[in-house]
Amino acid sequence: MPAPLSRLLQGLAVLGAIALVVVLPTYLELFTLMQMTLFAAMGVLALSLGFIWGFGGILSFGQTAFFGLGGYTYAVAAINFGDSTNAILLAILFPALFAAALGYFVFYGRISEVYLGVITLTVTLILFNVVNSTAGDAYTIGQARLGGFNGIPSVPTFNAPYTPDAVLTPEAGWWVTGGALIAVYLLMRLLLASPFGRIAVAVRENETRAALLGYDPRLIKLGVFMVGGAVAGLAGALYVNWGAFVGPTIFSLSLSAEIIIWITVGGLGTLIGPVVGCVLIQFLNAKIGSQQAFNSNLVLGVILVGFVLLLPRGIVPTLRDALAGLGRRTGPRRAPASARTQIAGAE
Amino acid sequence: MDPLVPLLKTEHLTMRFGGVVANDDVSFTLGEMELRCLIGPNGAGKSTFFKMLTGQLTPTSGTIAFRGQPVTGLQSHQIARLGIGIKTQVPNVFNGLSVRENIWLSARRKTTPKFTKPLVDEILEKIRLTHLAGATVGQLSHGQRQWVEIGTVLAGDPELILLDEPAAGMTDEETHRTAEIIREINQTRAIVVVEHDMAFIKMIARTVTVFHQGRIMMEDGIDAVLADRRVRDVYLGKKVAA
Repeated sequence: MPAPLSRLLQGLAVLGAIALVVVLPTYLELFTLMQMTLFAAMGVLALSLGFIWGFGGILSFGQTAFFGLGGYTYAVAAINFGDSTNAILLAILFPALFAAALGYFVFYGRISEVYLGVITLTVTLILFNVVNSTAGDAYTIGQARLGGFNGIPSVPTFNAPYTPDAVLTPEAGWWVTGGALIAVYLLMRLLLASPFGRIAVAVRENETRAALLGYDPRLIKLGVFMVGGAVAGLAGALYVNWGAFVGPTIFSLSLSAEIIIWITVGGLGTLIGPVVGCVLIQFLNAKIGSQQAFNSNLVLGVILVGFVLLLPRGIVPTLRDALAGLGRRTGPRRAPASARTQIAGAE
Repeated sequence: MDPLVPLLKTEHLTMRFGGVVANDDVSFTLGEMELRCLIGPNGAGKSTFFKMLTGQLTPTSGTIAFRGQPVTGLQSHQIARLGIGIKTQVPNVFNGLSVRENIWLSARRKTTPKFTKPLVDEILEKIRLTHLAGATVGQLSHGQRQWVEIGTVLAGDPELILLDEPAAGMTDEETHRTAEIIREINQTRAIVVVEHDMAFIKMIARTVTVFHQGRIMMEDGIDAVLADRRVRDVYLGKKVAA
């Protein structure tokens, strides 16, 4: 497909997605809309890991650490401030700083990739246990009681920027969440097209070569990891806004593992793939959860095994290649790419 | 620039891996604009020497100075920024990226955005891969990937260029082209070349340093080295003697 045509189609797809976010509340009943809001919040979480794993080559087994920190930061800040605007900003900032601190030790300590997975997983477990044991009056931050395993109930939901009285309706909540998903996607596209993004991909491809060209791989990976932490934190805030509740299970390992499945199913190394995988799996989970015939974990396992065996690259890359192949076959007749390079090479 | 300060000077450089001594007391001096060839049998310590010069390995003892500035123990990217570029023995390229992107990543470091593209085009022309600019590097032949790596090194505009077996896997015609490029960049830059291909060495060499068992065995003009009996014994064998 010629580049300008492809870019035009992509632009149209983004406009279509924006239009969908705008008009959806008119067509869906509230229950379905709330479910879509949850999917969109999780889609942001999927993007955060899809970015650092697919483009930075960093496989974090504990992306929920940043997700949970974002959720708790939002809840505590919103209760204390009485306004959600700065709480959302803090929910992005704090996980990013946490990712910076954790990433500093991991990347500057030259810890290998396998141990990165182990460390992120352990950090998630530690956070779960710490937050889980904060029951009682001793554990309050300002006016917010952390509540231990009971979590924090009735967290204030989003309000219009700096106007605490104008609490958003569920429809507006959908617009914010769906809009955030599109905004994060577009920002990541921009970031990947920028020198930082291109260098990050180069570091993923070959760390030694990047260093020999004068780039510090540790610094680049730290930057990518921080972006992932910030985005996961935002997802946490969106998630807490959806349920008006946050509990320690937000740090669960099963969710951490599920994000990896979303990405494997949707397609590693793409941005749209993780979102597609996330929505698809969550939709299936919701459908299976509403009946008794199958256990949803069993189905999830079967899907994962099926994808690894049959579509190891995931849905989006497979579809993209199939479409490109179709375009070549039906497009104007011309020599195949390999023949063309040979001719050019002979000149 | 003080002419008395050499471009590169190593003193008593030693690298041990456990009980194995890969480099032993290597004192090596290279002048500005010099073209030096390193030869020696496999395991003589040439690649280890390059790895220490570029910060991929930290020497067990000894010092390295680049234009009088000590660089021993610096990180690879810090040394690269000082102006030492290397083509490693096994092609170290970004296999998943296009040829153009590979060159761009190097070219953008020292140029303003406006001048990056012309520089990339110029390098592509020089390594004769303009027609394959959009191809994924991992799908190219070994010789072409060697050139992509040479191209990324040139695009970074280093003061000193280290080439570890640049002609390996190249056809005769490509080897000639590589020798031509080396002579061309030597007009303005110092180069150290490690090579096994004696025909290639003869094409470019003036001064040759011979490594043997981690040490510098001799250092002299190409003709003197080729005539030396010890060198023939340890390395060149009967092929050249005949």
